[in-house]
Amino acid sequence: MKALDISGLTKTYKGGTQALKGIDLHVNEGDFFALLGPNGAGKSTTIGVISSLVNKSSGTVNVFGHSVDDDLVAAKSCIGLVPQEFNFNQFETLHQIVVNQAGYYGVPRNIAKKRAEKYLKQLDLWEKRNEPARELSGGMKRRLMIARALMHEPKMLILDEPTAGVDIEIRRSMWTFLKEINQQGITIILTTHYLEEAEMLCRNIAIIDKGIIVENTSMKALLSKLNMETFVLDLPVQSKQPSLTGFVFRNIDDHTLEVDVEKDIGLNDVFRQLTEQGVTVLSMRNKANRLEELFVRMVESGRKKQAGAA
Amino acid sequence: MGNRNLTALGTIWIKECTRFLRIWIQTLVPPAITMSLYFVIFGSLIGSRIGQMDGFSYMEFIVPGLIMMSVITNSYANVSSSFFSAKFQRNIEELLVAPVPSWIIVLGFVGGGVARAILIGIIVTLVSLFFVDIQIHNFAVIIVTLILTSSLFATAGLINAVYAKTFDDISMVPTFVLTPLTYLGGVFYSLSLLPEFWQMVSKANPIVYMVNGFRYGFLGISDVNYLVSLGLLVGFNLVMFTIAYQLINRGVGIRS
Ligand SMILES: Nc1ncnc2c1ncn2[C@@H]1O[C@H](COP(=O)(O)OP(=O)(O)O)[C@@H](O)[C@H]1O
Ligand SMILES: [Mg+2]
Repeated sequence: MKALDISGLTKTYKGGTQALKGIDLHVNEGDFFALLGPNGAGKSTTIGVISSLVNKSSGTVNVFGHSVDDDLVAAKSCIGLVPQEFNFNQFETLHQIVVNQAGYYGVPRNIAKKRAEKYLKQLDLWEKRNEPARELSGGMKRRLMIARALMHEPKMLILDEPTAGVDIEIRRSMWTFLKEINQQGITIILTTHYLEEAEMLCRNIAIIDKGIIVENTSMKALLSKLNMETFVLDLPVQSKQPSLTGFVFRNIDDHTLEVDVEKDIGLNDVFRQLTEQGVTVLSMRNKANRLEELFVRMVESGRKKQAGAA
Repeated sequence: MGNRNLTALGTIWIKECTRFLRIWIQTLVPPAITMSLYFVIFGSLIGSRIGQMDGFSYMEFIVPGLIMMSVITNSYANVSSSFFSAKFQRNIEELLVAPVPSWIIVLGFVGGGVARAILIGIIVTLVSLFFVDIQIHNFAVIIVTLILTSSLFATAGLINAVYAKTFDDISMVPTFVLTPLTYLGGVFYSLSLLPEFWQMVSKANPIVYMVNGFRYGFLGISDVNYLVSLGLLVGFNLVMFTIAYQLINRGVGIRS
């Protein structure tokens, strides 16, 4: 059974913005899954639909086999949500916030209090338990939302940009914590626009852009793809197709050769081998790589966001 | 199943009570002060000149109405501001992601408003004891009217908060609707003092029935039949609860 199974999901907001244009997403039980994409790609909308904060326009969503249309209570009970924006009552104490959240899921108060101690301690917030949430630092507020999401002991934790605006040290300790609970069997889905974060944590990844999933693969496969550049070489018309050892290449027609080259290897060997075969290279261009372009844009939008915040 | 809903309901209710108790200076003290002033000025100072109203001293006559007035104001204010601020700070999402049925959300918030209204009813009653000996004609009518009136206005406050986009939007109804209807609702006078035409107009004001039903519980007198009052209260409650339930269930103002 899949932890999450989404097909044909669309969402058009009231103003007419089409935030999701038919996405499919499958996450295995126990996975650590990243949903990566630039600002405005539709990450939060996707998570909103999964967690009942946003009404979908069409499509199906199943959480551990429970459809959000027919079996919403069971689906909700499987999910712990850490949203992108702080959404607790700033005037309540940490302890009240987490204990109440457990209560909403039907956890009796005496058990909720024990869990509150466990999770507030694990997230290094126990000392602050009687303080109103507004007095916490940004990193602590983020951790409070993680503790809150774990109070009903969900099978799946969904985090929407959990480390945005969190300093590097706390970010690393959060990563360690998330890895630990994933090893204990909790499926984790997180959205981010840092490739580095996904790379550190996740086994599988989907990339979303403008409401469309443009890639859904393992982290390993993605990284090797990103590391590969494709060149198109224009040659005089060849009677015999040239060949390259140690490279993936394609003879497109009798005067065009395509070759994939890892970035750190370089092109010298390609030219050496072609020269040996007596092949002249008339001209060469870089083949546009959609993924790569997407990442350039993501990095740029990330930078703009950080510059805006500073 | 039943237990889960009960736990959720209890949690919302306790959270709501904790909220108004935490800010007691804003929620409990003002009605105590306002009502004391009413008792001193209208009851003692002016009341002694007015003489009897329907066979009771003016002070005795207005006490039930004044309690009702604070019950109405406070049940409405509690839920409208609590629910609006839950929307504003987005902590309503804590409830939306959890498996809490919409009717439990409505009941929990309304229950908080009723709790505050009852507590204030008790405070105002205690304050009034400094000025007058209270008699009780029918305790059951008092309690039932108190609960049904506060739940009605608590639900109305919830509906107001669902539509509200700014803090101003939750003070409009109290200012332009509730206050006038309450002042013209027979708190300070018996309808029999009015010309016949205005008596008829007054009977279209639902608050007249609540004030009179409540006064009946204390004094045994009423401008309208108290059973009509109770019937209207039950009817209004059902209508308002259904509306509130539908709004929350459809996610109006809280789910995009
Ligand atoms: N409540 C909303 N009402 C209208 N449009 C929205 C709302 N939330 C998000 N959008 C729009 O939907 C698109 C996707 O947004 P979002 O899911 O928040 O992206 P991400 O989380 O990837 O940054 C954006 O164009 C955004 O402006
Ligand atoms: Mg987002």
